Amino acid sequence: MSAPTGEDTKNISHLAPSNRENSDQGETERKNVGGNDLTFENPDKTYLDSNELIINMGPQHPATHGVLRVILKLDGEKVLGTECVIGYLHRGVEKIAENRTYTMFNPYVDRMDYVAAVSNGLGYCEAVEKLLNVEATPRAKYIRVILTELNRIASHQLWLGTHALDIGAMTPLFYTFRDREEILKIFEKYCGARLTTHAFRIGGCQYETYAGFEKEVKNFLTFVAPKIDEYETLLTTNRIWMERTKNVGVISAADAIALGVTGPVLRASGVKWDLRKAQPYAAYSEFDFEIPVGTNGDTYDRYLVRMAEMRQSLRIIEQAVNSIPEGPIMAKVPKVIKPPVGEIYHSIESPKGELGYFIVSDGSTQPYRLRVRPPSFVNLQALDIMVRGLLVADVVAVIGTIDIVLGEVDR
Amino acid sequence: MPNMIAIWMPNFIMSYLGSTVTPGEAGSQFWALIYVLIIFAGVSVAVMSMNWLERKALAHFQIRLGPMRVGPHGLLQPIADALKLMLKEDIIPSEADQFVFWVAPLIGLLAAFTVYTVIPFGPSQAVSDMNIGILFMLGVSSLGVLGVVVAGWASNSHYPLIGALRSSAQMVSYEVAMGLAVVSAILMTSLNEKGTGTLSMIGIVRAQEQQGIWFIFKFFPLGLIAFIVFAIAMIAETNRAPFDMAEAESELTAGYHTEYSGLRWSLFMLAEYAAMIAVSSIAVTLWLGGWMRPFVRLLHGPSWDFIFSLFPGLTFLGLAAIAFVGVLRMPAHSFFKIQKIGLEAFGGLLGFIALMLLVIAIAGRSQDPSIGSRLNESIGYIYWFLLKVAVFMYLFIWYRATWPRYRFDQLMRVGWKVLLPISLAVLIVTAIVGVLVA
Amino acid sequence: MNPAMNSALNSGLNSTAGMAPVATPYFFYGLAALAVVSGFLVITRRNVVHSALALIVTLLSVAGLYLMLYAPFVAGVQIIVYAGGIMVLFLFVIMLVNIERSVKERRFNSMWPVGLSAAGALFTLFVFAFAKGRALFPDRMMSLPESSNTQQIATMLYGDAGKIGPYTFAFEIASLLLLVAILGAVIMTKKKI
Repeated sequence: MSAPTGEDTKNISHLAPSNRENSDQGETERKNVGGNDLTFENPDKTYLDSNELIINMGPQHPATHGVLRVILKLDGEKVLGTECVIGYLHRGVEKIAENRTYTMFNPYVDRMDYVAAVSNGLGYCEAVEKLLNVEATPRAKYIRVILTELNRIASHQLWLGTHALDIGAMTPLFYTFRDREEILKIFEKYCGARLTTHAFRIGGCQYETYAGFEKEVKNFLTFVAPKIDEYETLLTTNRIWMERTKNVGVISAADAIALGVTGPVLRASGVKWDLRKAQPYAAYSEFDFEIPVGTNGDTYDRYLVRMAEMRQSLRIIEQAVNSIPEGPIMAKVPKVIKPPVGEIYHSIESPKGELGYFIVSDGSTQPYRLRVRPPSFVNLQALDIMVRGLLVADVVAVIGTIDIVLGEVDR
Repeated sequence: MPNMIAIWMPNFIMSYLGSTVTPGEAGSQFWALIYVLIIFAGVSVAVMSMNWLERKALAHFQIRLGPMRVGPHGLLQPIADALKLMLKEDIIPSEADQFVFWVAPLIGLLAAFTVYTVIPFGPSQAVSDMNIGILFMLGVSSLGVLGVVVAGWASNSHYPLIGALRSSAQMVSYEVAMGLAVVSAILMTSLNEKGTGTLSMIGIVRAQEQQGIWFIFKFFPLGLIAFIVFAIAMIAETNRAPFDMAEAESELTAGYHTEYSGLRWSLFMLAEYAAMIAVSSIAVTLWLGGWMRPFVRLLHGPSWDFIFSLFPGLTFLGLAAIAFVGVLRMPAHSFFKIQKIGLEAFGGLLGFIALMLLVIAIAGRSQDPSIGSRLNESIGYIYWFLLKVAVFMYLFIWYRATWPRYRFDQLMRVGWKVLLPISLAVLIVTAIVGVLVA
Repeated sequence: MNPAMNSALNSGLNSTAGMAPVATPYFFYGLAALAVVSGFLVITRRNVVHSALALIVTLLSVAGLYLMLYAPFVAGVQIIVYAGGIMVLFLFVIMLVNIERSVKERRFNSMWPVGLSAAGALFTLFVFAFAKGRALFPDRMMSLPESSNTQQIATMLYGDAGKIGPYTFAFEIASLLLLVAILGAVIMTKKKI
């Protein structure tokens, strides 16, 4: 290239493309990258002879959702390959766990996926409960379901706003933030915090619901249902939106499974896999809801799946809030939590996919080892295969559609 | 000698005032200069108010309030911004091409402002009427892309370079469809007894006056289709949403002006908004009858003329009313005292202007050629022209609030595979219909 | 009071006389000097983008000269086609060239004597034309008045009232050639159509 120096291309020559031949430059259609091509067979092969351009997207970039850094290898505007550089938000959450008691560590998980803090807390509390071999009370389970599903809606709303903004539609962002505010108000009234809620405790919930909680949740349901329609009027049948998202970032079901992709991204590829149904936790087995799936595995399908999920969440909340049982909110849990020696893996369906906690206990008050399986981190792997052969503008769209939170990717 | 100047100066100044041609045509360099200054100041003010309007309207689309702090309802925000930008440090990246980096914003600005010489705000309210008016406008405004391209290159950075590549390809492609749409409007000007059309901006509006129809409705729907093609292409020409590929903030951070800051950056913004007003003026001139008031055929006669001449005054009266409603709605708190006074003063100013305009409209309603009726006519011409342009400005904001951004290849596809064939077909059909009619 | 102002005074009301030419020789020499100097810069600048910018200045000053010859249509087309269209494409291509390498390259290859002699021959021709010009060409200066310049060009190219113009055939051949060139370019760059 002219203005940029040609030297820096050498440093990233290991960014080798998989199966693309340089000969078809100028064509924007994309070859289907099969699962086998994911291995970089020839790491020395580069395209230095062509008009390639190495662009460093992020960590300071408006559309990488925080501090993700993507090194893009471009031919003109076509993406030949990507490499994600992560770790700018690494705080060593897993290591911190080894030096905190089980109770003390609970608030830390809120800081991973900070737009779905309630889900994180639910996963952690349930994992420790499983290790302790206790079970939360029915009422606590219902409260957990209500708050977690509210949080799922909030998370999807935030995803929708930022994703639409990445694609250039400014307005949905403000609409979603307006409606997300109502959810945050409920959180704030319930536990005093809006973002890092720390809503649940090991064994149940710390707080009983406040007076009028059920009424407010029901009001929210009637308030937000037309709002979701409103988002859809802005986008779903919008010509430009469809052109920008259809057949963009396609990932086949086989590729998605091979890469360990979960959540809406997997479901949009046509795999009906939702942990709330597959291995029900909390009180999910008692509710009637559907798992929305897509067919093409493209950005548009992922959008539709998430929109449908918001509606399903409304259904779950409605059922839960109508049949919430009376009773205690805390199971019998010792004051000092000292789980027996052993290990446990427990995962839940967070808004972004499978959020798993693997805890090894040595019988002390602190975990011997705690490992988080973050959905964003695993889903991010699919970025490269999704964007190869697309244009720069699509990289932004695909990063948005994977719905990553860097706090969770880097932990 | 001083005595002579004292006699000559007023004569010289007044000599043009009653004229019905542009100062360029009348050969009055003094008035041409005055017009240039008026237009330069007017465009700058228009860009500033457009800036305020865009932020405000966009905010209201998006359930926000927009600027509210500097002045009542943020009315002074553009001035504050301009001051801030002027005082900012002028940063030139060390690896940039210093000279080209320096000259790039000026190219864009010059191109955007030069086109205003031929924009006809009225039959005599233009700096000059060129024989090749529309050609000149298209040509000079196409020079604006040079500023963008060169800026992107000179920054010596990847994102600006991609932005520059995008915008050069985009502007060159959309110019083709735009030009063909313009040609089909020019063809319509030749439907007179002489059978010759014109490229002059004033001549185009005159042709619409003679035929008694805005070209958007001519040969329905041919004029309408050509207008729509132009309206789409002009958004792409000015790099506005949903075609703002060159500065797509979510992809290229800020595109070609990523490395620019302070005054230089503001020059780019000034050029962009000036270009928006300029292309809107082309659309208004070619299809929407330029300075003609609406329903010129349907509702004619002196009484209708009088009613329509009240519109400028009534518009300002409405604006003043909005300002005073804003005063009433202000919270009764001492913090808002100054804002209240400011808004009252602003509303008072608008009301005063409205009063003046109404007085002129009533005093100048007679048909005999007096200064009053000339002034009344001129105000009417400029008002209707600016009102039509303002509608386009609002549409620019509306588009931006509503639509996602096209991808680059889709944009090129729309330009080459949709707009170009449509405009070609419209051109050919217009020519055939024109021959059949004539 | 200079004559221009005088005429402005006289033609104050309802005049369609057109603006009287002002300071014509100064404009001519200014534009000509600009064209020559920037043309010289085009071949001496090491940086290709600077050369391209200088070329734009040359083209624009030539457009100004056309305006002075009462040929506004040609001037407008010069701006649209050359300064607007072609130079943007030039810059587009130049941006994809490695400037840092091209700056280090030699600017003149071994063929420079040939080029110099060609330029010399051209210059001699110009001098000859300048010296003998009035005899060779009859004074046709104002044959295309500004007010109908565009229309007259159209008559030349397309003909008038059923008659074919003198240059219609050449014009159509040129457009056919361009069409062929466009198709060729598309076929050469696109493998699949």
